[in-house]
Amino acid sequence: MSNSNSLLTLRKGLYDGLPICLGYLSVSFTFGMMATENGLPAWVALLISMTNLTSAGQFAGLALIVSGGLYLEVAVTTFVINIRYMLMSLSLSQKLDPRMSTWKRCVLAFGNTDEIFAVAMQQQGEVNAQYLTGLILTPYFGWAAGTLLGATATGFLPASVRSALGIAIYGMFLAIIVPPARKLRPVAVTVALAAAVSCVFRYTPLLRNLSAGWVIIICALIAAGFAALRYPVDDAEGEEGAS
Amino acid sequence: MNLTRVLVCVAIMAGVTYLVRMLPLAIFRKKIRNRFVISFLSYVPYAVLAAMTLPDILYSTASMLSALAGLITAVLLAQRGKGLLTVALGAVAMVFLAERLLPLAGLLNM
Repeated sequence: MSNSNSLLTLRKGLYDGLPICLGYLSVSFTFGMMATENGLPAWVALLISMTNLTSAGQFAGLALIVSGGLYLEVAVTTFVINIRYMLMSLSLSQKLDPRMSTWKRCVLAFGNTDEIFAVAMQQQGEVNAQYLTGLILTPYFGWAAGTLLGATATGFLPASVRSALGIAIYGMFLAIIVPPARKLRPVAVTVALAAAVSCVFRYTPLLRNLSAGWVIIICALIAAGFAALRYPVDDAEGEEGAS
Repeated sequence: MNLTRVLVCVAIMAGVTYLVRMLPLAIFRKKIRNRFVISFLSYVPYAVLAAMTLPDILYSTASMLSALAGLITAVLLAQRGKGLLTVALGAVAMVFLAERLLPLAGLLNM
């Protein structure tokens, strides 16, 4: 009994990774610029991007490297900012083809970013290794290339284009959540609740001091928890809400 | 700047980020059967994406007005079921356009 989706090829993965790659270019460009402006060699900026593949974590890490943070501080900050990936990887673990070997899972886990996770979860049925590989490769290339461009050729992208590209990732997120939210009431409730809680944390004194990593976790626990209690999915595969 | 210290920091960041991503994927190989957990996990993507998009999208460009124009464009395109690339590019184009047009209307100083 397998509902592995044979339409999910490597080529489709590479193609689906394009909008992510596009969004990553502007963010990683900014990262590369900031890194060299703060005195890091360009190759270290590239090394950080190629080994971390995460935006918020890299920016925070860069700040700590530059300001002379302790190793423990670097470890704890990275963990807190990236704790949301635990939830995402757990969610993704249920979406992957169960026949995928452990070592493949361990390799592909490296590429489980917010955006890649979102697009993978949006696919019908189970996700195989070929598709996920493609879906990771295009954005990975964009992330590395953007970093290198930002670190070496500052000013290659005019500020006007960088500003406009800043919205690309969010546009993609909206393309993922809006259509199901219109069709399925539980998804609409989840989205509205999560957005509301996120705004409360952003605009309330004291609460706004909480790191973004914790805020996303809290939003997800409240919104997805409420929706799960109120609208439990019938299907044992849990495809109802996820597809 | 001490290069060795920088490289150790990079290794720590990379190691922690990887472990956080890898452990749940490697450990939870079997399908979870608990109905609440299944439901919860199926709603997680939407909750995470919504929380990351709002209100951050409003601060993702040079001005909140152009971001708002991009947000509205993205929602309209997404409602019509357009693909990810179309929606993302549509929002980018609208932000670019808005940042050229709004100063002409005197609404934005850039």
